[in-house]
Amino acid sequence: MKISMFHLMPYRDLPADFEQKYHSVWVDPPYYELADSRKVGQYYNWTLDELIHAAKQGIDGICVNEHHQNAYGFMPNPDLMGSILARATNGTDVAVVQMGATLPTSNPPIRVAEEYGMIDCISGGRMVAGMPLGTSQDVNLCYGISPIEQRERYYEAHDLIIKAWTSRETFAWNGKYFKLPMVNLWPRPIQQPHPPVWIPGSGSLSTWDFSAKHDHCYCFLSYWGNNFGKRVMDGFWDFVAKGNHDPNPYRAGFLQLVAVSETDEQAEKDYYKHIRYFYDKCLHILPEYFPVAGNQDYKSLVNSVTKLNPQLFDLMGKIPSWKYKDFIENQFVIAGSPATVRQQLMEAVKKLRVGNLMVLLHIGSMPHDLTIKNVDLFCKEVLPHFRNVWDDKWENKWWPESLRGPRKGFEGSGNGVQAAAR
Amino acid sequence: MATAKEQKLSVWGDRVHPKVKIIGSGAPLVYLHGGYGPIESELLDELGKSFTVYAPEHPGLTTGDEDAYKALDDMWDLVLYYYDLFDKLGLKSPAVVGHSFGGMIAGEVAATDPTRVSKLVLISPLGLWRDDSPIRNYIVTPQTELPALLFKDQHHPSLKRIVLNPEDQQGYIRITWALGCTGKFMWPIPDKGLRKRMHRIAAPTLIVWGKDDKLLPAVYADEFKKGIGKAKVELVAGGAHMMPLEEPVKLAATIEKFLK
Repeated sequence: MKISMFHLMPYRDLPADFEQKYHSVWVDPPYYELADSRKVGQYYNWTLDELIHAAKQGIDGICVNEHHQNAYGFMPNPDLMGSILARATNGTDVAVVQMGATLPTSNPPIRVAEEYGMIDCISGGRMVAGMPLGTSQDVNLCYGISPIEQRERYYEAHDLIIKAWTSRETFAWNGKYFKLPMVNLWPRPIQQPHPPVWIPGSGSLSTWDFSAKHDHCYCFLSYWGNNFGKRVMDGFWDFVAKGNHDPNPYRAGFLQLVAVSETDEQAEKDYYKHIRYFYDKCLHILPEYFPVAGNQDYKSLVNSVTKLNPQLFDLMGKIPSWKYKDFIENQFVIAGSPATVRQQLMEAVKKLRVGNLMVLLHIGSMPHDLTIKNVDLFCKEVLPHFRNVWDDKWENKWWPESLRGPRKGFEGSGNGVQAAAR
Repeated sequence: MATAKEQKLSVWGDRVHPKVKIIGSGAPLVYLHGGYGPIESELLDELGKSFTVYAPEHPGLTTGDEDAYKALDDMWDLVLYYYDLFDKLGLKSPAVVGHSFGGMIAGEVAATDPTRVSKLVLISPLGLWRDDSPIRNYIVTPQTELPALLFKDQHHPSLKRIVLNPEDQQGYIRITWALGCTGKFMWPIPDKGLRKRMHRIAAPTLIVWGKDDKLLPAVYADEFKKGIGKAKVELVAGGAHMMPLEEPVKLAATIEKFLK
């Protein structure tokens, strides 16, 4: 399987009473009351350093995304970060996973096709093209797109990007949302016919439909742990079976918070306050913003209100009173000694049937040094045990073709696999 | 109570199938509901005592026709759609009454082809914007703040028609979907250029505004009056934005007096 380190680039130093004093971490938290641009500069650099470090330690992919107007994770243009990561990891076989530029807010969307083309060229064909629909907060509130048009606009942007990458002729695009007289991209990606496409989602039926229809990898991005994740992913695999698609585990991605320390006890000491910070502050979003009315189409709205929300509200309502052990038992975070993490993560991967795993190794307020420790322990003690999972039967069609073989310098599985000197 | 029936129409080249509530008897009056959907039943019943009230559901709100909003791209389409709907109902030039979002649409319909509206009543309409008096986005206002924003009586029984309650799943879906479908035509700012067009409104116009409207301060009543010219303004002491729900009898009397 393939494991990528995901980074959100949160503000790491919100005040202790943030969630009491402010109604949302997203859209309207006042910058000048809460943030310091010099610290922000430091965080961007640490984010890049942490991802590049993970790449050098043997992680399979490094992953950034796009969000706006928040302290939860603010890379307004992930392609700025991605281009730095591509350059800094040249000569390695690490994938640059852009998870990615939000399609409905990129106008015209061929801008995404161009920037991804640049990253794929700079990286020598190592890019994964994430194509997010975008959150309601970002797309509707920060960027002003009508909630009920977001998905339709997204589909059109996707179709335009794929055609812009693959068409040999200059063409005119007469869409509902975008009209372009002469599309003829320079550059085109190295990967042909185009880089693998990953579709991030949060359980929406329409996104399953869309991913299956186009044979893209569906990635369930959730912070509610793999127990809740299993309910969603079981639904996804049923859907895949009904559509007569093969049950290739690489068809699915999943995001998991992971924190490794020397022992289970030390993990609590190292990470609990940062886990709390993440759930209490980084996810403190006004419910009316998430999502804005109209953002879900009718079918998905009915499914959310009648099936997903009751479970989710119940779960979320409990979090404020949780202790460390509750986060662990509910698998919101897989944390502990290397042995604990190995065992629990393996169970999660198997039960969700996930081939493209993303791990959040920087959580909330974690300082740089602790993040490096987590990355090191994860890459040395956990990652090697996952290298060959699924590969006996399945090929990762959703990974850059040149990187699908065994990792150079990181072959084998078992303890003590050494990072190759590069 | 006035007689009521429902009719399902086929409009806009058979692509939109709205339900229209038809109440009472008398001269025709088209009522366009606000952003929360067709929730002003008491006002319609009152108006039905003196008029034949036609109250269509906005495209997408009619059960079984949820995708209908996709057939209309923008305000221009929506205005033409309403002329089609008038034709289907056999209405050449009815009186048109609209509240909030519905008031914005009523204003656009009256400005685009002034011959299609005989008289116009705008109850706290959206449609204009002043930077010195920005309008709160009620679609994303915390539920706990909605009573104070929209109602005079913070415990009014009809609050449940607009405030989301996860226990009431059908209500939750209905409210959310109504906000989504109406939001399409005013997102992100409820100003689609009516200011440029409203001088074209020829119908005698009444603007009714609650003096205590917290969503749309009464300064907007002046703005509409200035733009439309010979409009009459009626400010209601103590009135909030949801007057059609809180004061249906008084409001109906005011409308009737103007239209008769």
